[in-house]
Amino acid sequence: MGPLAPYELISENTNFLLAFFIGIGFGFILESSGFSSSRKLAGIFYGYDTVVLKVFFTGAITCMIGLLLMSLFGWIDLDLVYVNPTYLTSAIVGGVIMGAGFIIGGFCPGTSFCGAAIGKIDAMVFIGGLFIGVYGFAFTYGLWEKLFMAKYLGEPKVSDSLGLSDGLFGLMLILAALGMFYVAEWAEKKWPRPEY
Amino acid sequence: MNDNSKTERSRRYLNPYVGGVLLGLVLLAANFIAGRGLGASGAVKSVVATTIQAVDKDAVNTMPFMAEYAQSHTGSPMRSWLVFEMMGVLVGGFLSGALAGRLKLKVEHSPKITSRRRLVFALAGGTLFGLGSQLGRGCTSGSALSGMAVLSLGGFITMMAIFGTAFALAYFFRRNWI
Repeated sequence: MGPLAPYELISENTNFLLAFFIGIGFGFILESSGFSSSRKLAGIFYGYDTVVLKVFFTGAITCMIGLLLMSLFGWIDLDLVYVNPTYLTSAIVGGVIMGAGFIIGGFCPGTSFCGAAIGKIDAMVFIGGLFIGVYGFAFTYGLWEKLFMAKYLGEPKVSDSLGLSDGLFGLMLILAALGMFYVAEWAEKKWPRPEY
Repeated sequence: MNDNSKTERSRRYLNPYVGGVLLGLVLLAANFIAGRGLGASGAVKSVVATTIQAVDKDAVNTMPFMAEYAQSHTGSPMRSWLVFEMMGVLVGGFLSGALAGRLKLKVEHSPKITSRRRLVFALAGGTLFGLGSQLGRGCTSGSALSGMAVLSLGGFITMMAIFGTAFALAYFFRRNWI
């Protein structure tokens, strides 16, 4: 019965050790999918390489289906699985700032560590920027606090917000992803680029 | 000849749909084991909290944001699930790069721009991403990817804000990439 750590079926130290192995899997898959290359990542925004869209949505959907099935079989208690809280204003403003960082810097935090691991100097500099940004936020927190805490909605699920069951929303997400994959395959043929 | 084509093939990237399914299974394992998804920016925050604490123990208490974080992590902020996970990411990325022959110190950039310009933009982009990830309570991994998998409304909103903004600004930065 999962999740294992919240049920205290494994110790905190075991959980940390498993975190390390999960991280190895995460890093290995990101790198072998090409996420260590900023030009490959940025391709999604110009249509020449849509690997980000395909890996990202396939990953989220695979996990979502897995969680729904495991919950159905009684293997996992979804009430104990962390659902990100929704603070509407900061989710949007933070996302907009991150989006600007993505197109300017070419990485996101996870992918920059992958790039740095194989020697990309631009990724290492990006990580330097991450530290500056986090320090900057910590030191100027007073300026952000109101915005940071605004419009707290609890931990709503998108399916509940739309008045749909988890399963039906999941099915719609899968169909939307298949539609996007179709457009992605078309775009890659229309704007072909050599592999970076 | 035979050897060459073999090397070429081994250097190619994984099929993105296969990579996506594998990524989903890792994310599923994280949720099953730890009851939480993957993340990246949280590990940076742990390091920042630790160094601020090391430099000036009182500084953390005068900064509400860090104080709250230090309280929720008993012991050192480095004793955090995401710190161990991100150490794994460095190892996993290195192993994949080594097996595929992609280990190389270099600045990757479009031939239309200089390395220097690429690095200036990387620093600026990293700074924005670092700041935004704190404001948005997680980055592409922790908020968007992991949030979407557990159907979090905030995760979907952050995902759309990140990709929507990057698409909207793509035209202005096209010279850097294409």
